[in-house]
Amino acid sequence: MTRHIRHAAVFCVLLLAALLVNAARVQVVEGPGYDDNPANRRGTIARFGQPRGDILVEGARVTGSRDTGEQLRHERTYANGPLYAPVTGFASQVYGTTFLEHAEDGILSGSDPLLSPFPLWNDVTRARNQPGNVVTTLDRAAQEAAYRGLGRRKGAVAAVEPSTGRILALVSSPSYDPAVLSGNGASVTSAWSRLNRDPDQPMLNRAVRQTYPPGSTFKVVTAAAALDAGLITDLDRPTDSPDPYTLPGTRTRLTNEGEGCADASLRAAFEWSCNTVFAKLGVDVGVADMVATAQGFGFNDAELKVPFSVAPSTFDTSVDKAQLALSSIGQYNTRATPLQMAMVAAAVANGGQVRTPYLVERTTRQGGETLGTAGPRAFRQAMNPATALRMKELMTGVVQDGTGTNAAIPGATVGGKTGTAQHGVGNAGVPYAWFVSWAKADTALEPKVAVAVVVEDASADRGEISGGGDAAPIARAVMRAVLGL
Amino acid sequence: MTKAGTAVAATETPTPVVPLPRRRGIELALIVLAVLLSVYGYCAVGLARTGAVPPGAVGYGAGLGVLALLAHVAVRLRAPGADCLLLPIGVLLNGLGLVLIYRLDLETPGDRAAPAQLVWSTLGVGLFIVVVLLLRDHRVLQRYAYVSGAAALGLLMLPILFPAVNGARIWVRISGFSIQPGEFAKVLLAVFFAAYLAANRNALAYAGRRVWCVQLPTGRVLGPIVTVWLISVGVLVLERDLGTSLLFFGLFVILLYIATGRTGWIALGLLLAAFGAVAVGWLEPHVHTRVEDWQDPFATIEAGQGPNQLAQSLFAFAAGGVLGSGLGLGHSVLIGFAAKSDFILATAGEELGLAGLSAIFLLYGLLVERGYRAGLALRDPFGRLLAIGLASLVALQVFVIAGGVTGLIPLTGMAMPFLAQGGSSVATNWTITALLIRVSDSARHQDDPEAER
Repeated sequence: MTRHIRHAAVFCVLLLAALLVNAARVQVVEGPGYDDNPANRRGTIARFGQPRGDILVEGARVTGSRDTGEQLRHERTYANGPLYAPVTGFASQVYGTTFLEHAEDGILSGSDPLLSPFPLWNDVTRARNQPGNVVTTLDRAAQEAAYRGLGRRKGAVAAVEPSTGRILALVSSPSYDPAVLSGNGASVTSAWSRLNRDPDQPMLNRAVRQTYPPGSTFKVVTAAAALDAGLITDLDRPTDSPDPYTLPGTRTRLTNEGEGCADASLRAAFEWSCNTVFAKLGVDVGVADMVATAQGFGFNDAELKVPFSVAPSTFDTSVDKAQLALSSIGQYNTRATPLQMAMVAAAVANGGQVRTPYLVERTTRQGGETLGTAGPRAFRQAMNPATALRMKELMTGVVQDGTGTNAAIPGATVGGKTGTAQHGVGNAGVPYAWFVSWAKADTALEPKVAVAVVVEDASADRGEISGGGDAAPIARAVMRAVLGL
Repeated sequence: MTKAGTAVAATETPTPVVPLPRRRGIELALIVLAVLLSVYGYCAVGLARTGAVPPGAVGYGAGLGVLALLAHVAVRLRAPGADCLLLPIGVLLNGLGLVLIYRLDLETPGDRAAPAQLVWSTLGVGLFIVVVLLLRDHRVLQRYAYVSGAAALGLLMLPILFPAVNGARIWVRISGFSIQPGEFAKVLLAVFFAAYLAANRNALAYAGRRVWCVQLPTGRVLGPIVTVWLISVGVLVLERDLGTSLLFFGLFVILLYIATGRTGWIALGLLLAAFGAVAVGWLEPHVHTRVEDWQDPFATIEAGQGPNQLAQSLFAFAAGGVLGSGLGLGHSVLIGFAAKSDFILATAGEELGLAGLSAIFLLYGLLVERGYRAGLALRDPFGRLLAIGLASLVALQVFVIAGGVTGLIPLTGMAMPFLAQGGSSVATNWTITALLIRVSDSARHQDDPEAER
């Protein structure tokens, strides 16, 4: 009997060993795989277990967190949701994150290893970092002015500081309140489908994710290319341009809206936005130099991140002369985001240097201790400083006595360029009204702001739509807000 | 080992004057340690959840301490030679179970189970004391073998009259109270098996004809085996309770093997068990789903229905890792229904980690080992079989449920001894502990002529 009891005991030991080995398998060997299973809610619970870090504009929080007491405990709140939505994006418990909420999620959710007090500390203690804050470069007054200026119209505004690339305003209209997507209830689902069904696409960030034909505002690039190439040496000499201009190799005749463009000087052609002159100039510069200058300003750059990605603005590199002529006046395949056009204006204002735009000044711990800063940014020389000086002169002329007089600010020098871009099949769509500009206060040494405004459907007749009439006043309001005038 | 045992006995007989160490002091110290550990766990939950020691900590500690102390006094009075580890292990597991249930209660404020569990634990310890005090000699039980068998059968059949709960007919519900009679039937069956096999072991050991190389059992042996097998399958089919039937059958096969020493019985038992399990697993949809879940715990996730209980249980164990999240900091409540009973081990696994889980398994292992040790030390066949039977009961039950929730074997609903919510289970396990105490005390005294009075 004793021997058989021992056999039974061995059997029990085998059972125990099987349990121990299996427990080790589940908890240690297979464990990480189970932890990462999307159906395992532990990661989500931990993520929302603590209040999310905040996004700051001029030291004030524009986001917050609400303790719901539910399983996913903390929900995102927004102090002024629609105003900052193109910057913050949303942070939803169901639909993930977008824009800054997405790009800086590591800091905001606390998962970034930078937040750990010591290396590997959290791996030992199994604690979660306290999330950090994200300090933006936004100028509150400029952002509000742009948002108010667009009002109920569809469009976007981007403003940057020329000397640094700091983004001062980023507005898209119509906007939405990201707070409606924060939670996880039925209202969130219905809000999500409502926002996605909306024909006005309120969640589309038009300032960085939508490209428009830049129209006449692209003449800044063409003029810079011509000046850099040495085609024009005197701004006031006639350019030997016919009106109408027959596109090379075709019978299509390009005309102008106004009179007096034949043989106009570059200054006059710029002030009155002569299509014929700039189409011919583009052809004279040639594809290679036009592409080089456009790319110098930032076109065809698919890598730009501010820190969220920006849709690439395009200038077609394989075109015939007729297409080049149209490309040079911002038509054909030339497309630009509002942020890209703000960078064009900023390059002129900054002596030809393009600073990479950025939106995050620095990231901090809750206590305010800095984790990371934007630091010195790379720059590109888009044109010679001498060319930039002359471009400044041209742009100032537009505001002083050209199409952009609506942008003039007393006490400041303002340079700008209007644009009214045709689009749609047979140019039947309501045109886009553009305005790009920069401003320097009379008391300051250098321009403090460059801005680009696009208004998609100025709710007016087709004939009345113009960059000068619809977009320039908004740009003016933004520049005044930045300059404090 | 047998030789060594006789050698020890031989060396001890010439010096009967030296009293064997009784180790009651060690038992007391271990009980105090067990109570302190439980109170520490209770405080750790409170500190993790609210940052303060829970207000009931002193009361909880005092309650558990008084209960354990009373049990200890009973052992001191009536079973002074008993094994000194059995009671502390029971106290520690019961205390830990209360901590885990209290911890899960925090997640379900509308459904508190810890107070009821504390009442049942009190009852269980009461039962322990009663058994230790009243049952002076385990051999008395031998007289009631058939009464026990009949009672066990009655208790097993009782739930069939009551409606099924969550697919299994194992509960009896009377005015809000629910009891699992199958739990009590376990002890009675162990007594019956032990008594029956002790009485008939010689007859059973007699082999029948030999076919090829297998010794077939005789008809009079085959009868009881088939009967027990039929009852197990009946329980399985009528109550849809795979675990209980597996437990009974496993217990019977182990005891039969020990009583007769026939390996053929094991082969036959396994064959019958496999046949029964396959047949029922195929025919009974409730059991069939369990097998499918075991084969692919994440099938429901791939089907877009979210994780099932077993998947949630595996997630909980995985989240624990080696050291665990700490008491009160896990999310095992995601398992949902039965998190406090069948799946209580998942909470232990998540919050105490592999380290804590292994410690719990080893505690059960130690409990079983003490039972086996008592069985080995005893001389009367009934006592031996009873001790081995009770210890095996614990071992099988731990394996069936712990293997089930960790995905080792198909999941069958069963209570983790001492840990899980469930009054019947706690009371039963305290009774088992009391019987083991009694048997181990007898083993100590069987050579002592004074104790034979």
